[in-house]
Amino acid sequence: MKIVVPIKFVPDLVEELTIDPSGVALDTAWLRLIINEFDDHAVEQAILLKERGGGQVIVSTVEADGSDDFLFTAAAKGADQLIKMTGDFTGVNNHALARAYAELLKELKPDLVLTGVQAHNDLDGSVGPLLAEYLGMPYVGYVAGITLADGSVIARKEYPGGLIAEIDVKLPAVLGIQASEQPPRYVAYSKIRQVMGTAKIEERPNADLNLDGGVSISRMFQPEAAERAEMIDGDADTVAEKIVAIIKEAGVL
Amino acid sequence: MSQNIFVFIEHVRGQVAEISYVMLAAARQLAQNTGGEVAAVLLGHNAQDLGKDFAADRVLYIEHAALAEFTSDAYRVALAALIQDQTPRAVLFGHSSIGMDVSSGLSAKLGYPVVSSCRSFTEDGKYVSQICGGKIMVEGDIPSPTALITMLPGGYKAEQGKSSQAPSVTSVAAPALDGLRVTLKQYIEPEAGDVDIAKETMLVSVGRGIQNKDNIELAGELASALGGSVCASRPVVDQGWLPTTRLVGKSGKLVKPKIYLALGISGAPEHVEGMSESDVIIAVNTDPNAPIFNVAKYGTTVDMFDLLPALTDKVRQAR
Ligand SMILES: Cc1cc2nc3c(=O)[nH]c(=O)nc-3n(C[C@H](O)[C@H](O)[C@H](O)COP(=O)(O)OP(=O)(O)OC[C@H]3O[C@@H](n4cnc5c(N)ncnc54)[C@H](O)[C@@H]3O)c2cc1C
Ligand SMILES: Nc1ncnc2c1ncn2[C@@H]1O[C@H](COP(=O)(O)O)[C@@H](O)[C@H]1O
Repeated sequence: MKIVVPIKFVPDLVEELTIDPSGVALDTAWLRLIINEFDDHAVEQAILLKERGGGQVIVSTVEADGSDDFLFTAAAKGADQLIKMTGDFTGVNNHALARAYAELLKELKPDLVLTGVQAHNDLDGSVGPLLAEYLGMPYVGYVAGITLADGSVIARKEYPGGLIAEIDVKLPAVLGIQASEQPPRYVAYSKIRQVMGTAKIEERPNADLNLDGGVSISRMFQPEAAERAEMIDGDADTVAEKIVAIIKEAGVL
Repeated sequence: MSQNIFVFIEHVRGQVAEISYVMLAAARQLAQNTGGEVAAVLLGHNAQDLGKDFAADRVLYIEHAALAEFTSDAYRVALAALIQDQTPRAVLFGHSSIGMDVSSGLSAKLGYPVVSSCRSFTEDGKYVSQICGGKIMVEGDIPSPTALITMLPGGYKAEQGKSSQAPSVTSVAAPALDGLRVTLKQYIEPEAGDVDIAKETMLVSVGRGIQNKDNIELAGELASALGGSVCASRPVVDQGWLPTTRLVGKSGKLVKPKIYLALGISGAPEHVEGMSESDVIIAVNTDPNAPIFNVAKYGTTVDMFDLLPALTDKVRQAR
């Protein structure tokens, strides 16, 4: 079983986001990038499958601040091969990215591709199902659990309210991971350091990206709330008192 | 090419999903702008009756045993044939477990752009999408000639997508559906919980800001002092700090308590979807720009670890 996990970096939402002077894009100067959290789950799920049924896990990302660290961390968790797509990917749409990845995957010939279910900054669809279409593979997303079967996998797909659909998906396939069966494991930094000495990141240059398929933006802005919360100021005691008063007023206390 | 707006109806086990009605309401607004019709696209097996309460000009119904329940392969093939044949101005999909399984693939297959996370349309027919966990909005022209759009809830009321007059049903022949690679084995019901958070009047909800499993106890003490229960955002459940039965939001439960106290929750749209109808929302978040303050009635940027002991104390005194 050969499993490929493509990794995306996204703006950290804990930081303040600002819009650049063009008015149609985020200001990248102050942007802190972090791994799309669903990708952490995808890596974990891939490694769980390998531990259960054997095989090979390949983790791949486009060049970004922190991409090497992430790849080495994945290796420390058990990934066998690390690939970095180099080139300028800033502001590249998901259709273009998926096409670039499809070229890579045609060479790697995986049985299973695990992407994150989505990223919070998508505007032109998601890479997982785009990739599946370009590769002629089936796609199932919102997956939280995978069991290997003969020539296929049983994916547990989430529906609202906690309903699960058990779905048989013929391999090769692309699955969009919502959550791994176990929380993503933690690896000690000492172990990552060790891996850095031995693991190798393969670089794969990407020169001419075909940018078709993107969506045009005429304005980007921060939401103006119709009714913003009434803010309670003061120290913890003052705030606590006010909250107790609000709860009493609602008749719950 | 037509000016019609198609709405891809989502249904599971004979139940039409709420987002379908939201999309019918959105489609009406868009159709008024384009001058076309609203058509509900319904795929199923003996399912034409599901369309009875749709506020649509017509239902385009595709009947096939392989379409009885949603699976991405069969549905994608059937939708591709229909869209290619009828070339509507736009097709609305849920930005959801069902809609997202097929919309991007159809975009790649048919060469029609897909616009993600659309929440509403402007009067002059632009899309308005909500991204970055609710922190950023994006506006733009709907791509021509045909656009696929995935829709979030929140911009339109489901009620507006319902009608007491059943629309006419036009049957459309299903294409050949063989060699399918995705099949539904079975549904698994959600496990029954210790408490049903959907029925609680007082909820203390914890998010990633709670930091670790041990700290859940702090929220638990407050909840029991208040006579309520603890619930959570997705990361808390994914970390295994609370069971799935306590999850609020898109993939969890829809709750409407009298008081919803959100501790260390940013207010991502997927969370807000499950709690925005609470009577009074109180948000505690150290980030003054957190989107949760756009849905909360009251807010504070006090650190929750400073607030929790003080609040639990004061609640006990107030009893
Ligand atoms: C398909 C899909 C379905 C999803 N379904 C759901 C769902 O059903 N329910 C759900 O909740 N999410 C769901 N999500 C996830 C959702 O997108 C968000 O990632 C999630 O809601 C974020 O949880 P959070 O607010 O707890 O964490 P974060 O976004 O990380 O926010 C943590 C917050 O805590 C604050 N904070 C940190 N420390 C403190 C402190 N000491 N005191 C006070 N505040 C503090 C921070 O300022 C921050 O705003 C879904 C996502 C997808 C893609
Ligand atoms: N730039 C990228 N590099 C590698 N993988 C990506 C990239 N963009 C998206 N993906 C994959 O697609 C998933 C969903 O992201 P998105 O398509 O942006 O919704 C991510 O979690 C990754 O698995």
